[in-house]
Amino acid sequence: MIAAIPLAYLLARRNFPLKRLVLGIIDLPVVIPHSAAGIALLGFISRDSAIGKLGESVGLNFVGHPAGIMLAMAFVSIPYLVNSARDGFAAVPERLEKVALTLGASPLRVFFTISLPLAWRNILSGFILMFARGMSEFGAVVIIAYHPMITPVLIYERFGAFGLKYARPVSVIFIVITLIAFILLRNLSKEPSNTREHE
Amino acid sequence: MLVLDGVSKRLSGFSIENLSIDVMEGDYFILLGVSGAGKSILLETIAGLLKPDKGNILLDGKDITHEKIQKRNIGLVFQDHAVFPHLKVAENILYPLQHRSFSHEEKQKRLNEVAALLDISGLLDRKPKTLSGGELQRVALARALVQKPRLLLLDEPLASLDAGLRSGLRSLLRKLNRNGQTIIHVTHDYQEAVSLGNKVAVIHQGKLIQSGDPEEVFLKPASEFVAHFTGTRNFFKAEIKQDPCKAFLNKLEINIASGSPNTNGHILIRSEEVFLSKEEVKTSAVNNFKGQVLEITPAISGYEVMIDIGIHVQALITQESVKSLNINEGSDIILHFKASAAQFIPE
Repeated sequence: MIAAIPLAYLLARRNFPLKRLVLGIIDLPVVIPHSAAGIALLGFISRDSAIGKLGESVGLNFVGHPAGIMLAMAFVSIPYLVNSARDGFAAVPERLEKVALTLGASPLRVFFTISLPLAWRNILSGFILMFARGMSEFGAVVIIAYHPMITPVLIYERFGAFGLKYARPVSVIFIVITLIAFILLRNLSKEPSNTREHE
Repeated sequence: MLVLDGVSKRLSGFSIENLSIDVMEGDYFILLGVSGAGKSILLETIAGLLKPDKGNILLDGKDITHEKIQKRNIGLVFQDHAVFPHLKVAENILYPLQHRSFSHEEKQKRLNEVAALLDISGLLDRKPKTLSGGELQRVALARALVQKPRLLLLDEPLASLDAGLRSGLRSLLRKLNRNGQTIIHVTHDYQEAVSLGNKVAVIHQGKLIQSGDPEEVFLKPASEFVAHFTGTRNFFKAEIKQDPCKAFLNKLEINIASGSPNTNGHILIRSEEVFLSKEEVKTSAVNNFKGQVLEITPAISGYEVMIDIGIHVQALITQESVKSLNINEGSDIILHFKASAAQFIPE
């Protein structure tokens, strides 16, 4: 997740070979069925895989573990952060960065004092979108870890075992929380209207 | 002070080729050329934003071709000012000092100095969004100057301003230069070159066509392009005394459309608007002089006739006119032009 922001910057500013391929891979979790994303992820973190073995050596089994759930959530939702942050960085005029360099700032300082503050609105809305998407994830998570149970899985289980009546309260609470997240998002991505616009 | 030695840079669509210029301490150096000539590439190369493919850049005798941008201490101001929108005016101006080991007092002192110089002391707490174009350009200048750059690069700094603001900023730039600031200024506007520069270099298609002091470049254009681009060979040092509508070139008195009293500058007379006659005729032109034809040379659109009326004035006339007037080198002639054809550019 920490790597997502610099990656987004790189994608917005630089051209490199296979950039389209990288962009395709980033968008992939959004467009494939999430159960398939879960299966793909499971291949990476199951006990037979390299990452799984690494995890096991420190006593961590991703499958059926909160860490696995987080991984599944992140896997399907990070594209929202990367894409939103990339749009944010792309909208920062390159001249501002150039002029900051001539004012004696190192490239790292330019990134933290100019690019990041000017793109923060997009990055933040990307974070919220990512969070909301991750929170709502069902398909990928249910493959990786049925237990401990996250809300969407809980809703599914209640519906399957006890019927509509029991699934409804949890669903309502969940929808309200998601709604709040999105109202927050709309407020953040709105430009402040009390300032005069020039040019 | 700044020497470019055979600098080449090729980008898609734009390039500069084997460019050499020599800027002296205290110069106001104008890089003149149409858009796309490669002027901005040259500036960005000097600033270090672009690395030259070939050639060397020397500042104070030291090779800075591969020096980091942030170590060069060269200020750059863009046409669209590039003031940081998320920082207040004061924060913008202090940006170059923020990470350096200056004391708080020193920073404040420099901030106040440069704000007073550029007349923006009242704007320091404002956000860039609330400023006008001219104010933003002053903030950008202040930000570049606060680090006391060895060299100030200006990329079309006046192009996006309206006429009134332009003349204000022009005199400000002149003042900076008089205070000892060496400036390289890129423009496509020869009037800016005339009014500001003490050196002019004309660049076309990435190549240096001609350089020298403005008189040299405008009076003796080295190529058709320079002559065409600068628009005239009739370029003279002149002075306005009390009457704002009369300019004096030594003893010669020329009526001009407008000027301001007691200023020095240059007069430009467009060759196309100078007409000739054999005998005294009454016309609406207020400038009429007797003279002698020095030279008749064919040009693309007719003939260039050089006439001596105390100064050498060029007229551009058609082949038919040369025949019907029957003029030859040495013949007496009367020269007319309207006051509006003579443009005064203050220094």
